[in-house]
Amino acid sequence: MKEIILKVISQPTVGLEAENIAPKVFACKSSMEIAGLPIYEGNRERRLGDFFDVSGEAGEAEAETRIVIEGDVRLTKRIGQGMRAGEIHIKGSAGMHLGSKMRGGKVTVEGDCEAFCFQEMRGGVVHIKGNAGNYLGSATRGNWRGMRGGTITVDGNAGSEIATFMKGGKIHVKGDCASFAGVHMNKGFIVIDGRAERRIGAEMIGGTIVANEVEAMLAGFKPVETVKAPEIESEKFTGNYKKYSGDHADSRAKGTVWVKIQ
Amino acid sequence: MEIHTDVICPFCGTLCDDIEVHVENGRVMEALNACKLGNAKFMSMNKKNRHIVPMVRGEDGFTETTIEDAVERVARMLVDAKKPLLYGWATTECEAQSVGIELAEEVGGVIDSCASVCHGPSVLAIQDVGFPSVTLGEVKNRADLDIYWGSNPMHAHPRHMSRYSRYPRGYFRERGQQDRTVIVIDVRRTDTAGIADKFLQVSPGDDYELVNAFRTLLNGGDIPDEVAGIAKKDIASALELMKTCQFGMLFFGVGLTMSPGKHRNIDNAISLVVDLNKYTKFNLIPMRGHYNVTGFSEVLTWQSGFPFGVDYTRGYPQYNPGETTSVELLSRGEVDAVFVVGSDPAANFPKKAVEHLAKIPSAVIEPHETPTTYLCDLNIPSAIAGIEVEGTAYRMDNVPIRMRKIMDAPAGLYSDREILEMILLKVREIKNGA
Amino acid sequence: MELEIKNGVVFDPLNKVDGEKKDILIRDGRIVEKLKGKHDVIDASGKLVMPGGVEIHSHFAGGKETAGRMLRPEDGARTVYPKRNGLRSGSGYSMPSSFTAGYLYAQMGYTMCNTPAMPPLFARHTHEELGDVPIVDKSAYPTFDGNWFVMRYLKEGDPDKLAACVAWFLRATKGLVIKIVNPGGTENWGWGKNAVGIDDPVIGFDVTPAQIVKGLAEVNERLKLPHSIHLHPNNLGKPGNIETTVETLELCREVKSANARQTVYLTHAQFHSFGGDSWKNFESKADELAKYINRCDHVVCDTGNVTLDETTTMTSDGPMEYFLHNLTHLKWVNKDVELETAPGITPFIYSRKNPVHSVQWAIGLELALLIDDPFKVLLATDHPNGGPFTRYPRIIAWLMSEPYRRYYMEERVHKGAQKGSSLATLDREYTFSDIAVVTRAGQAKALGLSELKGHLGVGAHGDVAIYDIDPAQVDPSKDFKAVEKGFAKTAYTIKDGEIIVKDGLIRATPQGRTYWANPVVDHELDREMLKDVEQYFKKYYSVNLANYPVQKEYLKRGREIQIDARDVK
Ligand code: SF4
Ligand SMILES: [Zn+2]
Repeated sequence: MKEIILKVISQPTVGLEAENIAPKVFACKSSMEIAGLPIYEGNRERRLGDFFDVSGEAGEAEAETRIVIEGDVRLTKRIGQGMRAGEIHIKGSAGMHLGSKMRGGKVTVEGDCEAFCFQEMRGGVVHIKGNAGNYLGSATRGNWRGMRGGTITVDGNAGSEIATFMKGGKIHVKGDCASFAGVHMNKGFIVIDGRAERRIGAEMIGGTIVANEVEAMLAGFKPVETVKAPEIESEKFTGNYKKYSGDHADSRAKGTVWVKIQ
Repeated sequence: MEIHTDVICPFCGTLCDDIEVHVENGRVMEALNACKLGNAKFMSMNKKNRHIVPMVRGEDGFTETTIEDAVERVARMLVDAKKPLLYGWATTECEAQSVGIELAEEVGGVIDSCASVCHGPSVLAIQDVGFPSVTLGEVKNRADLDIYWGSNPMHAHPRHMSRYSRYPRGYFRERGQQDRTVIVIDVRRTDTAGIADKFLQVSPGDDYELVNAFRTLLNGGDIPDEVAGIAKKDIASALELMKTCQFGMLFFGVGLTMSPGKHRNIDNAISLVVDLNKYTKFNLIPMRGHYNVTGFSEVLTWQSGFPFGVDYTRGYPQYNPGETTSVELLSRGEVDAVFVVGSDPAANFPKKAVEHLAKIPSAVIEPHETPTTYLCDLNIPSAIAGIEVEGTAYRMDNVPIRMRKIMDAPAGLYSDREILEMILLKVREIKNGA
Repeated sequence: MELEIKNGVVFDPLNKVDGEKKDILIRDGRIVEKLKGKHDVIDASGKLVMPGGVEIHSHFAGGKETAGRMLRPEDGARTVYPKRNGLRSGSGYSMPSSFTAGYLYAQMGYTMCNTPAMPPLFARHTHEELGDVPIVDKSAYPTFDGNWFVMRYLKEGDPDKLAACVAWFLRATKGLVIKIVNPGGTENWGWGKNAVGIDDPVIGFDVTPAQIVKGLAEVNERLKLPHSIHLHPNNLGKPGNIETTVETLELCREVKSANARQTVYLTHAQFHSFGGDSWKNFESKADELAKYINRCDHVVCDTGNVTLDETTTMTSDGPMEYFLHNLTHLKWVNKDVELETAPGITPFIYSRKNPVHSVQWAIGLELALLIDDPFKVLLATDHPNGGPFTRYPRIIAWLMSEPYRRYYMEERVHKGAQKGSSLATLDREYTFSDIAVVTRAGQAKALGLSELKGHLGVGAHGDVAIYDIDPAQVDPSKDFKAVEKGFAKTAYTIKDGEIIVKDGLIRATPQGRTYWANPVVDHELDREMLKDVEQYFKKYYSVNLANYPVQKEYLKRGREIQIDARDVK
């Protein structure tokens, strides 16, 4: 795999839209060509080179291309949108819509990621080493088909409404999770190692959530049983867990939430 | 004396269209049928000292300027900006809104209404789960159960209950009030709660839990003895009223859209209404505040596909509330100019947003003096829509009504639409290198 | 302004021109015999020349149409249209936004579009929005299915006042056509109920769907309206509904046509041609409907083709939309309108893998192929209900090519379509002339607008579509892809003599006309009727009568069709 390095040299004033920062777009291009790619600062078309110093070499194909971003790209949106292969490694924090509709490949963020990242993801592996914003791995506005595949791991905390309308894949939050984790979830798997704020699993009709601790469970969740060291979605968990079914606010409810008994 | 009948009240989303206004020598003498709020709006026409001339901020405070200069300044500000925000729109007519949308598209900016701080969450919820609704005449003719949740119409929509829900006689409700039951759900005992048949006091911030409990019970589940500060038996008996009525209505206000959970409160409340349709006829209507916030979403939706928070910076509409909406854009510092039309963000927005607003170039079209007119670099007074200017407004139930003009604006004042058209023209001139 | 279109291969069925090389001359927006002076010339040799397309039934603008867009930002985001060359931006896959809809229709060669279900109370909205649909001429059909005045006069047996009242509503809403959607069912939906058979009672009004249909059909002819009643019968989309459909059509058989045309227009016939009694034994009854329509002269229908897309259903049939929502559990909008009707909306995914959807796909095509006279079966998808109108070119290609249909049958759709319909046995292929009928001439004729629209004879509007298809070179049966591509974007679209589209690109965006009917009945009768209206308004509507009629400001380019109906007294 070949590597292109983007070094942040200037920060935009109103944010950037940079769906062109993606392995597929970079593949087979020279660093010169890459620096000339259009990105958008508000209504102005700019060059990638206006904001990034480009070095290294891109691969022959998407899968052969790794992009390393050095610096803070918190205000740069849509990086890796729709990527199917290859790699993106962000050494700072990342902006909105990172990896949205991603189907494959690998994304690593050393810092945090903003809201609306990895929406409607279908495949690939994601590692956020900092915190993730609201709507991580959720559905876009109005869509009832959310994340369908792939895995997202967050070492820190995650915001509210992660994994809305989830239909597959896995999100693992090692820290705490704000309210409405997995709202309208249908299938898929969420693991929260820390504490989940209330309304976890709200309106879920399917899928599985495991939480170490919850602020509160909604009335629509019915305790089913207590299980010692359960195996959930073929993963082993230690300790005693209380299993709930829900959210029975919906008559079709077939979701499961497991909460560790402290 | 001129008597104007069938006048539309341009104040709240109830959009009463039966006001009789008496005008003598350019003064409003009376506004019959109007409620206190509506009356105050009509009577405010008699206030002295209305601003006629645009004001621009200079080194030492505001100075007067001409409309031509003001238009040119706004146009330049918009053209120079990389991502201008065009905000407001809820208190002007659709014809002006339409020009505003064209302007936003022309300058590649973001256009947003105050929905994003009142009923935007309702729209997000609708987009997730739908919207079983009816027009207000249906309520009048059929409803035997009206629920007001997080809404206090006695104060915010004073004629709502007398025109549509609690009091009127309807085709299938000949006895009026006697044929109807009212439930109020709120965090405190409001005046509306005082005239309700049933009041549920929900603990602050727990509305979602209450909806969840209603739905769980409705779908045959069980709930704890108390949810959201309300005893199970009270929840159950309210639910029984809902299931057994012939035609139920849920009216909800900012008490529900702005309490924690926001659009998810509405999302779940809508789903409750959908579920209730298995038992009876049930619908809901948001209690829209400003009289034409609904019209703005209608026009923007048929023109762009999306109802508020539309970002045209890429030349096509993009919509993602939470990202493309005013409070977030300002708080995150993502816009570099603001143009306000008929709204007062300086008074209503969170501190962080207002701070950014104060830092970037800004202008406002507004008939009155407001915190925003002081905060902005430039303000252009305009004629008052619905009183001095005719045009379309959409009621809270999306019914379009043509507002009437009952008097002339003071000489020298232009309508919002005229000012916006001048700006649009100027923008095109500047862009074409003139 | 003068224009000559030279050497094109012209298909103009209303003037019996069938693929002749012929020059078309336009002066001052109308087709003429001779030009006077210097003029532009379009060389159309080797190209197909047809009158501008006429859309007779498409939900492209109006209150529920906008509610449908609002409901589905995900449909908006699926297809976006940037602002360019002076064109406005827009969005929407199944439900394009207003400006975009005008552009897309014009690019396909359409020059008139009619929005077919306007709740009268929302007429102002419809006209405001129509003002933002550029280029095409247009009209709107107000709905009368649950109109309380109509039901009251039917019950009281007062056909004169009924006629006067319908005339008043057309005038007040600036509508062109009497539209009926699920007669009686929409009123019953006010109580969460429906009317599935034509003799079901309407709660609280003591009338039946049959009375509503027949009564309005008669009124329509007494008012001498250009079009017949435009009907979406009871029981749409339910297995076995063919019976209701035929019974409903039968109601209008004896009604005397005032304008030598059909007395009932059955819209989206596909949705009304179902057999079986459950989704399990669901099957096509297109043959039965076709047989009926072939036998009689009082019916014209449109196909209501299903195009196997993800779309947004929106009709004034509230109970049906609720029924659909219960099938799919997808988000659902309901919009009951006081004293009038009850629209609903829900997204729908027609899947090629689904046997029922595949049979529906087949039914739309069967109808077109089994009904002998193409003037009786027009092409429409009930946009966006069966699929977006942008799919018309593909439907045209299916109609013209048996191999294309066979390919779909065998490779693309569920095998159930072969069992559940007769499509596999049909080898009829539409000619270009047939296509000209089912996309323009037939529409213009059925609408009663064939003096101005749907043909290229002298006096007609100078609306012309020129397609890059050379009938001498292209064998539609084999080159179905070329046909599909050719009909997708015109080489030229000409509207009122002005070149609007060239090589598929929009060059001008004039405002089209809005047609509306104004049948004038006896003055005394009108006054008497209005007294009732006033009384009802005060008591039951939520707006004042004075604020109800659509003001003239809303029609940017209104065209009143005045009709002398003073013999109605
Ligand atoms: S209720 Fe609202 S619209 Fe009606 S008079 Fe009062 S303020 Fe005006
Ligand atoms: Zn239709």
